[in-house]
Amino acid sequence: MAVIAGVATTDYPHHPELTELGVHAIAADRALADAGISWDEVDGYASAGFFPMHAVQLCEYFGLKPSYLDETNTGGSSFEVLVEHAAHVVDRGHAEVVLITYGSVQLSQMGRRLGTGGSGPPPVGPAAADAVWGNTLVGNYALAAARHQHDYGTTSEQLAEIAVTMRDHASRLVADPLHMLDCCVISDGGAACVVTSNERARDLRKAPAHILGAAHALTHHLNISQMPDINLTAAAQSGPLALKRAGVSLADVDVLQLYDSFTITVLLTLEDLGFCAKGEGGAFVEGGRLRWDGPLPTNTDGGGLSSCHPGMRGMFLIVEAVRQLRGEGTARQVAGAEIALVHGTGGMLSTGATLILGSHAP
Amino acid sequence: MTELPEGAKPRVAPIPDAESEAFWSGTLAGKLLVQECSVCGQRQLYGRSLCTNCHSASLSWIEASGRGTIYSRTIIRQNPSRSFKHLIPFVVALIDLDDGPRMMSNVVGTPAEDVHIGDRVRVTFEPVSDAAALPMFELDT
Repeated sequence: MAVIAGVATTDYPHHPELTELGVHAIAADRALADAGISWDEVDGYASAGFFPMHAVQLCEYFGLKPSYLDETNTGGSSFEVLVEHAAHVVDRGHAEVVLITYGSVQLSQMGRRLGTGGSGPPPVGPAAADAVWGNTLVGNYALAAARHQHDYGTTSEQLAEIAVTMRDHASRLVADPLHMLDCCVISDGGAACVVTSNERARDLRKAPAHILGAAHALTHHLNISQMPDINLTAAAQSGPLALKRAGVSLADVDVLQLYDSFTITVLLTLEDLGFCAKGEGGAFVEGGRLRWDGPLPTNTDGGGLSSCHPGMRGMFLIVEAVRQLRGEGTARQVAGAEIALVHGTGGMLSTGATLILGSHAP
Repeated sequence: MTELPEGAKPRVAPIPDAESEAFWSGTLAGKLLVQECSVCGQRQLYGRSLCTNCHSASLSWIEASGRGTIYSRTIIRQNPSRSFKHLIPFVVALIDLDDGPRMMSNVVGTPAEDVHIGDRVRVTFEPVSDAAALPMFELDT
């Protein structure tokens, strides 16, 4: 049974002094140090980036020659998928120590194309279907939020409760019904983890997080017009499957780390994972339910809405889940956290990947 | 193609390829085409070389009525692109065509705040290049 033996982040949210590769390097070195494993022992490597042979480039940069390599890219959910794949490979004994890293300096390099606007992909091939209407990244999620409000009466105030209860709920509209504070921040940042076997982890310096179950799914690529039901995400498929593989139920989950590109992403994910019925997400999040000291602590590091969002945030969800399971959550530690559910979302609500992590072996 | 404000660029024009050429040619003739499978009858957009339902390659383009219902809509209030900034605020909508598939488009001709989910719409074409006109929608009152 594979485990996560080390985790780390860089000192986000801003790295003007670093390149993207440099951010990867810092995250990698810290995650290995956290595990107490040397670079020499790394025989597997995985990362997701925006250009082909991204992971090969990083191996060259690091001076690694691993016998297992993965650069599966499912957008923001990539790192949950990479952990799932690494766990299979470690379980089969084809690799002993898989290093998985993420790095981005998108804030420092931000040009006009980034931000809540953005003009999208070239209008050729399938992308042309959605690329010629002036829609934005936020606009795609706004279409989901608008339909959810229409079908279920979900309010902007309920979405704002997800953002942060203390926030001013009256920020300006970016793409109706989503306001500026319904959107994640834009930052630099890196994070990494080390996947190894339970056996190898026994004499390491820290207790590992056990990978109890994992699954992923997709509904469409980047055209939201192709999403079969705009309010039903891949989490409805990956969540129950990951829980079944882990042999745990939703009631066993002590802490949640959910991809929060936008508030509507969290609301749909809560419904699709089964924490509440479809359409009841708005009422479900009221009353501080998701607070770190509430009944369902969610995104205890502040999430992408408040902490950091360097582009593909999935690795940060894993890092925070492992820290909570180890009791390293400092001021935001969830008391007695033994089971964490991590769910990454990628693309335009396109892909979903769920990990069930535990502080004890099954 | 109307005159643009200073600093603005023309709208983004689609670049037809082998699978979308028929669709965009249709728009130049004022026709909204959808792809129909001759085996299972499914209608789909965008154009493909196989049916996403039964995976048959037996597909043809048929003319849709151009009428539909707004499934969802947003009002874009921030878009830094010079092709769209001057159009703000404008409506991006998902339209469920009476003839089958769902498509993204703009709803024009009405103030953005007056466009709602469930509204009936009909197609109207805005030329954007020698190869395509954009199938946009107006409220069908």
